[in-house]
Amino acid sequence: MKSARTMLGLKKVGLKKVGLQMFGLTLLAALLAAAPARAEDTAEPPPCDVPAYLLSSESSLPKVTEAVKAAQPLNVLVVGSRSSSIPSNETSAYPARLQAALQAALPSATINLSVELQAKSTADETGGTLVKLVEAKKPTLVIWQTGTVDAMRSIDPDDFRGAINDGVVALRNAGVDVVLVNLQYSPRTETMISAPPYLDNMRVVAQQHDVPLFDRFAIMKQWSDAGYFDLFSTSHGVDLAKQVHACLGRALSKFVIDAAHLGPAQQN
Amino acid sequence: MSSIADPIAGSPVADAKAKAEAAKIRAAAPAITLPAAGERELRLDLFRGLALWLIFIDHLPANLLTWLTLRNYGFSDATEIFIFISGYTAAFVYGRAMLEAGFVIATARILRRVWQIYVAHVFLFTIFLAEISYVATSFENPLYTEEMGIMDFLKQPDVTIVQALLLRFRPVNMDVLPLYIVLMLFLPLILWLMKWKPDVTLGLSVLLYALTWQFDLYLSAYPNGFWAFNPFAWQLLFVFGAWCALGGARRMSRILSSPVTMWICIVYLVAAFFVTLTWYVPQLGHIMPKVIEQWMYPINKTDLDVLRFAHFLALAALTVRFLPRDWPGLKSPWLRPLILCGQHSLEIFCLGVFLAFAGHFVLAEVSGGAALHALISVSGILIMWGMAWIISWYKHSADKGASRTKSTVGNADLAGGGA
Repeated sequence: MKSARTMLGLKKVGLKKVGLQMFGLTLLAALLAAAPARAEDTAEPPPCDVPAYLLSSESSLPKVTEAVKAAQPLNVLVVGSRSSSIPSNETSAYPARLQAALQAALPSATINLSVELQAKSTADETGGTLVKLVEAKKPTLVIWQTGTVDAMRSIDPDDFRGAINDGVVALRNAGVDVVLVNLQYSPRTETMISAPPYLDNMRVVAQQHDVPLFDRFAIMKQWSDAGYFDLFSTSHGVDLAKQVHACLGRALSKFVIDAAHLGPAQQN
Repeated sequence: MSSIADPIAGSPVADAKAKAEAAKIRAAAPAITLPAAGERELRLDLFRGLALWLIFIDHLPANLLTWLTLRNYGFSDATEIFIFISGYTAAFVYGRAMLEAGFVIATARILRRVWQIYVAHVFLFTIFLAEISYVATSFENPLYTEEMGIMDFLKQPDVTIVQALLLRFRPVNMDVLPLYIVLMLFLPLILWLMKWKPDVTLGLSVLLYALTWQFDLYLSAYPNGFWAFNPFAWQLLFVFGAWCALGGARRMSRILSSPVTMWICIVYLVAAFFVTLTWYVPQLGHIMPKVIEQWMYPINKTDLDVLRFAHFLALAALTVRFLPRDWPGLKSPWLRPLILCGQHSLEIFCLGVFLAFAGHFVLAEVSGGAALHALISVSGILIMWGMAWIISWYKHSADKGASRTKSTVGNADLAGGGA
């Protein structure tokens, strides 16, 4: 049986690893997060602690490390879909928050950040534009947020994995570091959008290419379970979105700094 | 509607002697053999009931009860059990019809069953549509502007509803019934082949499975994408269930009772458990060799990954070995709710899907904590039990007068197959 599998190779895709992990994290994370933390961060309004393992990565970001150590400007390019922005509040969205947090953590460095939103593009469509974007903007680090559009359109997870794979390879060949950012945790649309296959496949590609994966889904789910944010809220107000993005920006900054080995992860 | 009024017998490891004699008698008969009619096989009902409960819990957002479900402890989950037992009971009931009444009659009955399942699916779709239409009009959180795009299909109900009727538009969690409909549609062919040569039929099924992986066969869905449960792959479990029901299980009984099989199963299940553990305790992740990770992941549910299938086989083998069909516990009142649910599986399955929608809805509207979560799961299960009880009451008491006037054949038919 097993040899049959190897012969046939890894085909299509379905499920499991990450999806399950999320569920598992519910309990674990609630237990882990409940006890310590809180104490220090008092200045920051919403308490949005993230368990340490979600903020660290075994993969590294050598170009980022190099640029910062050599005191060169760190150019970050965020490529994403609409969940990388807040409608008409760009300065409160997580990319801007990330820039601020990186700047605060690395006061001596020059941090430039640009955002490329491709609202309704699948990973495949965005992937095709990556090389041109890199040529135009010359980033050190590309943060690629993707998966939502693919999940909404139920793109074949195999094709999705192929697209992410090609995109990552193209970026690496263009000489930039990559961080992948996965889907948002969106409890209200859980019965309509099936996230697990896309979460799984991003994880698989990240593992294969040793790319740090910022697990936005797990982090937001953790916040929801811990009661920091009411992500079920039907409120039309923009406050919740701003707070969540502020927290995401800070968490992403810690994640990048950790992956680039630039000082203690708790810096900020 | 879906219970198996026909007593279902046929335990894989049951008294081999009597079976051997029976086999001798049937030696001249067709290639498939139905187990001698005896007492109802309660283990099938029990595990199908269990599968229904687990599917319900897995369809709800994660909560404490989620920790009790199978998929947290290995590769396979309740879907495998459900499809396997469905194949087993369908083959048993309609296989008998095919032997006794012929191909045309059996096919006609199967098609009527398919129609029932189809109607059930459309009914569930209507409820789903109602739910999300409500969500769409009440929900405008700027955080989720992008995700709300999923409601766009509401803007073209003409296309969407037709695609749903064609089984091509299937919202999340509504994939099992379409799979089941397709599998049942092919049941006449499967049974006909089995009547000829059961082992060849199983071989063809394995071949189709292999071809599916080799050539990436799939059914497309609307508006794009694919069937979340690929029928080309999942048919393997269904056909395997049918093969077991029609005498295969008995022929395997020597393999099943060998200690070597038992130890292989135990080792595999323990290994799968440890792999699963690394998903929940990410700190353990580094123990897993990267080579194995890269070979193993992703474990594909759409195409019924071999690892999942093997996991199910191991579970089934151990279950059959350690839970004899005459186990007194099967008659205990504690297992009664599960068995009742398993006996009315189509209704209870649909109810479970509906309750999962309703549960999502309540959780979204009333922001409650873990306690509310658990409460919803438990009350869902109680409702499923209550409904199963009412259905069986109808069958045994309210409809008694009516059923007496029906011919026994008609009755057995209505009772057949089971979802």
